[in-house]
Amino acid sequence: MSEHSQHGSHGTMGRLMVGFALAAILTIIPFALVMGEVEMERTTLIGIIMGLGAVQIIVHLVYFLHVSGDSEEGWTLGSTLLALIILGIVLAGSLWVMHNMNENMMPQHDMDKMMNLQSQQG
Amino acid sequence: MSTNMTQPSETLSPIFGRLSLDWIPYHEPILIGTFAGVALGGLLVLGLMTYFRLWVPLWKNWITTVDHKKIGIMYMVLGFIMMVRGFADALMMRAQQAMAAGGAEGYLPPHHFDQVFTAHGVIMIFFVAMAFVTGIMNYVMPLQIGARDVAFPFLNNFSFWMTVAGALLVNISLFIGEFARVGWLAFPPLSGSAFSHGPGVDYYLWALQIAGVGTTLSGINLIATILKMRAPGMKMMDMPIFAWTSLITNVLIVISFPVLTATLALLTLDRYLGFHFFTNDFGGNAMMYINLIWIWGHPEVYILIIPCFGVFSEIVSTFSGKPIFGYKTMVWATACIMVLSFVVWLHHFFTMGSGANVNTFFGITTMIIAVPTGVKIFNWLFTMYKGRVRLEVPMLWTIGFLITFTIGGMTGVLLAVPPVDFQLHNTLFLIAHFHNVIIGGVVFAVYAAVTYWWPKAFGFKLSEKWGRRSFWFWFVGFYFAFMPLYALGLMGATRRVNMYPDAGWQPYFIVAAFGAFLILLGIVCTFINFYVSIMNRKALACGNDPWDGRTLEWATQSPPAPYNFPQEIHVRGREEFWRMKQEGFAWSKDYAPIHMPKGTATGALLAAGALVFGFAMVWYIWWLAIASFLGMLIIGIGHTFNYNRDYYIPVDEVAETEAKGALA
Amino acid sequence: MSPLDATRTPASGAGHAVTDHDHGGHHASPTPIGFWIYLMSDCIIFGALFATYAVLGYGYAGGPGPKDLFEPGFVAVETALLLFSSITFGLAMLQADKGKRDGTLMWLAVTGVLGLGFIAMEVYEFRHLVHIGAGPDRSAFLSAFFALVGTHGLHVTAGTIWLVTLMVQIGMHGLIGANMRRLGTLSMFWHFLDLIWIGVFSFVYLVRLV
Repeated sequence: MSEHSQHGSHGTMGRLMVGFALAAILTIIPFALVMGEVEMERTTLIGIIMGLGAVQIIVHLVYFLHVSGDSEEGWTLGSTLLALIILGIVLAGSLWVMHNMNENMMPQHDMDKMMNLQSQQG
Repeated sequence: MSTNMTQPSETLSPIFGRLSLDWIPYHEPILIGTFAGVALGGLLVLGLMTYFRLWVPLWKNWITTVDHKKIGIMYMVLGFIMMVRGFADALMMRAQQAMAAGGAEGYLPPHHFDQVFTAHGVIMIFFVAMAFVTGIMNYVMPLQIGARDVAFPFLNNFSFWMTVAGALLVNISLFIGEFARVGWLAFPPLSGSAFSHGPGVDYYLWALQIAGVGTTLSGINLIATILKMRAPGMKMMDMPIFAWTSLITNVLIVISFPVLTATLALLTLDRYLGFHFFTNDFGGNAMMYINLIWIWGHPEVYILIIPCFGVFSEIVSTFSGKPIFGYKTMVWATACIMVLSFVVWLHHFFTMGSGANVNTFFGITTMIIAVPTGVKIFNWLFTMYKGRVRLEVPMLWTIGFLITFTIGGMTGVLLAVPPVDFQLHNTLFLIAHFHNVIIGGVVFAVYAAVTYWWPKAFGFKLSEKWGRRSFWFWFVGFYFAFMPLYALGLMGATRRVNMYPDAGWQPYFIVAAFGAFLILLGIVCTFINFYVSIMNRKALACGNDPWDGRTLEWATQSPPAPYNFPQEIHVRGREEFWRMKQEGFAWSKDYAPIHMPKGTATGALLAAGALVFGFAMVWYIWWLAIASFLGMLIIGIGHTFNYNRDYYIPVDEVAETEAKGALA
Repeated sequence: MSPLDATRTPASGAGHAVTDHDHGGHHASPTPIGFWIYLMSDCIIFGALFATYAVLGYGYAGGPGPKDLFEPGFVAVETALLLFSSITFGLAMLQADKGKRDGTLMWLAVTGVLGLGFIAMEVYEFRHLVHIGAGPDRSAFLSAFFALVGTHGLHVTAGTIWLVTLMVQIGMHGLIGANMRRLGTLSMFWHFLDLIWIGVFSFVYLVRLV
């Protein structure tokens, strides 16, 4: 067994089960909200679903992937944070840039007007 | 207008897909001439190799090698070969534009000219600049951190051959079919199936995807090497600047190339399976492609230039006889550039119409990113200040870089101002700007690095005389070739046109063509330099440390033994080799067996499979695509069943190798 | 299937500790951090696909939208399969840590079956969508949906092939150092795919059903 002790622990049964329980709860709530057609403000509901997803991603990172500040002299955590920053830039940046272009170059109401005109002429 | 008249009709045969004899361009004299040249040259090389019985050594020592030094050298060879190809394209364009003024048509028809400028851009970025910087990092960085090899030696070999497979696919397109006619980033909807349905764009897509696999894996490999394989005692802040810039470059590769992979994959889905990401209809949006590809594209230019900053840092410090000025600011400036390079991408398309607020944001970030770069320029100047500067050839390139790159950087800041960009977008001013930074930065750095580390790799210096000639031709040629383009851009000359009505522009284009001719002489001098130096290698032979270096690569033999260092070095701080020299260092004779990875053919075989797969996909030869994919899968999985991947170099052999090195 | 496998930990022998500093010795294996970096780059591929879905996901082109196509109950079962497979992989790892080969193989087999179940459900969903005229060529929304979910599905397929390969290798050689390292990397890969799926079920399916 000493042969692979350098790879560190792959967690314990207790950790695995705690992770499982948390992940299960964090999965069931959003599905229940959508399937149960709960009466709620649309944006609030979207916020809750996305928030729970984010929390569950952290749960997976901590309990299943064992990411912590200690592993690999902090490089694991560091690379994860960098990847998250880049993801944020790619997602938020694309949405911002493309949304502004759509607003400026082809506003929806102009499109609707054009469509109406076309259909009237047609 | 989407197709030219020579385009063969589309028929799909079950055996050859859409490949038919009509796709062989035997009616184009330029291509036939090139093909004859390549074929004769190839036959000559094959004949000579057979005559000198070089096939077995080539296979055993090079193709299957997992030694980072040999792989690094092979990347450099690939870079020089592809540079000749890419530069031939450049000369063709310069010649065409020098002729085609005021109604004259020149000699290149548009459909050919469009392939030439596309191929020039693709080759120069992906297979010349990338190959060069990857090669230098591969060769130098492990030696600088006192490692025996990279973290994943087999993966390194595989990455290299994937890059070669991509390069081969681009070159095959010269003689079978055609290359893309859409510019080096293949913007849709032009590159979509509605407007480009020949194999050209498909060659582009598969070549870049195959080479991209290699680049990404090589990036992961070199990061892991720096994080895990440093000599004992070497803290991150003890690493030479070049190792730092390698780390940051590879981090940029690993976080930006996935975006390119995804973007090209989406375009591939559009073209092959009728998806609607970037089409004009069915809800697609071509601007999303431009947004995504520049999220990769801007970090890419820093991927090219950051290792070059590292090269110049090493050279300035060595030839000034001083430690680099402001080591920590150098590291932090590089790290800042890494992050900032991800928030400037929109400056490539200010004219898209995202509005004033978006353009302002990206204009300001672009101006900010010039600050850490400026910090570096001052660091190099202060390193030289009060140093005993030796003006040898690598230092010549460095000074040429400082001047040229600063000019290029300033025209870049001009372009960062959105209203100015609206005027200059897509003009030759932009072309002049990025050649100014890429030639002044990357090409000069590659030449400096080749001159500087050549003695380490081969045990003898390059000819000083030919090195200086090469430098002056390149340096002067660059200014002749690109200063006129700034002027033309301001006058409104747009890029990518094969003729222009205003004969008043012609003198500028003729000067630019003359500049390109000077650069050609610079390249010729380079190859003469290699030849002359190899012939005179006895006279040019030098010791392990010909430049009075400061970092660990100069501590070992030239060329280094396969295991790099006979003993492990315990590092106590920055510039360890300098400290060792002051203390009168010598290797101990107390050797131990050295653990080494075995060579393997798997990498080359997988890459060959990828090449066949790419070719089959380009031509819709589905059976071959399936067969080659399955072949790769079987070879790849088969490789994992081989557990016998290492061996030991016995003590006697180590002692013998070291004794030989001491004599030389 | 794991190109990041560094050479095997060497058998111990006299005098190796001094010079054998690359593979073994005091340098820990670079494989875990190398593979983690690969996962982060893979994560950014998914990031680009998520961004595409976010931007183009409303381009219905007059075709069906999420509420016409997505069935939350179906997605819930897919999610459960993946989550359970993550747990069974965790159990396999715990068995491997104890050096129990048969227990490891048993849990790996369960993981594989759950993975196959997930792939089967996804293939069924895709076939169904294409059948009712909601294929990827119908609209930008569906293009983005198929590309993102399909890329995840291809990853699970690759993971399953790797899993079977590794089971054969563990059967042949037992839980030796090299196999333990491979098991560790495959475990990371598998959990990572479950993590991506959280993004998929939240962002691709549920949010669009609100």
